[in-house]
Amino acid sequence: MGCGRVGAALASMLDQDGHDVTVLDTRAEAFRRLPPEFSGKRHVGNGIDQDILARIGVGQADAFVAVTQGDNRNVMATQMAKHLFGVSRALCRIYDPIREEIYRGLGLETISPTLVGARLLKETLDRQPAPAGQES
Amino acid sequence: MYAIVVGGGKVGYYLARELIQGNNEVLVIEKDGAKCERIAQDLGDVVLKGDGCEAATMEVAGFGRADMVIAVTGDDEDNLVSCQVAKVKFAVPRTIARINNPKNEAIFRKLGIDTTVSATAAILSQIEQELPEHPLMRLLTFKGGGLEIVEVKVPPASAVVGRRIRDVLLPQQSIIVLLVGQDGTPRVPTSDTTIQAEDEVLAVTPTENEETLRNILTSPPGGSEPGSSDPGYGRPGPAGPYEPYR
Repeated sequence: MGCGRVGAALASMLDQDGHDVTVLDTRAEAFRRLPPEFSGKRHVGNGIDQDILARIGVGQADAFVAVTQGDNRNVMATQMAKHLFGVSRALCRIYDPIREEIYRGLGLETISPTLVGARLLKETLDRQPAPAGQES
Repeated sequence: MYAIVVGGGKVGYYLARELIQGNNEVLVIEKDGAKCERIAQDLGDVVLKGDGCEAATMEVAGFGRADMVIAVTGDDEDNLVSCQVAKVKFAVPRTIARINNPKNEAIFRKLGIDTTVSATAAILSQIEQELPEHPLMRLLTFKGGGLEIVEVKVPPASAVVGRRIRDVLLPQQSIIVLLVGQDGTPRVPTSDTTIQAEDEVLAVTPTENEETLRNILTSPPGGSEPGSSDPGYGRPGPAGPYEPYR
């Protein structure tokens, strides 16, 4: 759910691995981010509407991933996938680290790119700089 | 009582005004600066500019000592998260969420929101009652069991007119509990009671069978009623329905 840069890249990777992938976005033009060889399904619709989730077959899915720009939308859709449709793996991107912690505590599989990104940057900074005379 | 209202739109504004008049301590949280100013002008120093789902803002607003959080923004997802964070992180005893999509009621309840209020559902039910020809009206929904009491008006062309209740194939677990004739006389039905044109049928039915029940009671012969083209019309099939009258 959410065909932004991350959503499109993830969908494409899963598709290449041979999974049966469905992408949902509220705007059809978002699907332009998918590569031409993408063989999965594309659906236009709002992922926090349970009728839409039912229509695209979330009940039969092995995993659901919410990566829209809205933390709250991701949280709501993921909880619906998990608690209404019984999807066993429900993953959710939450930018706000505090909300991420709360929903991890409530049993969602959550990722905060804010924390992950900050940690990566710090690790890179902490590393010894490349030897002089060499472009890093 | 200390009540925090999340969302300073029209609903939030009037709600805050009523709560203040009821001598409650009230704080409205609103993202939009212009709306905040308007509330502050009209209602005084009762507004905080910020995001009612953001823990830092919630801390400042004093969610920790709130008796009640009422989330009334126009977005169901924001109302849900605001109430969930209030419950989980700040242990607010009572959370109320406005929902715009009436279908969200069940999932909100499942996710721990104490009360949901759906303006859409309220307006819809009001409109249904105002309409002269309402094919099916929900009189009462039982929260726990998925059962409801409905009222269906039997049109003169319906296939069930003139038939005894025992001969009408009702959906699973649906029972006709009362018939009200055109003149307003109620009849407690037995299996031999005949359904007449313009009868108002009161029935108990599981929510998922509501549509089937309505079809059976209102469709003309040869309509969508199952088995209507069968000469043994109305005879319960091998997997017969639940029949409380026999």
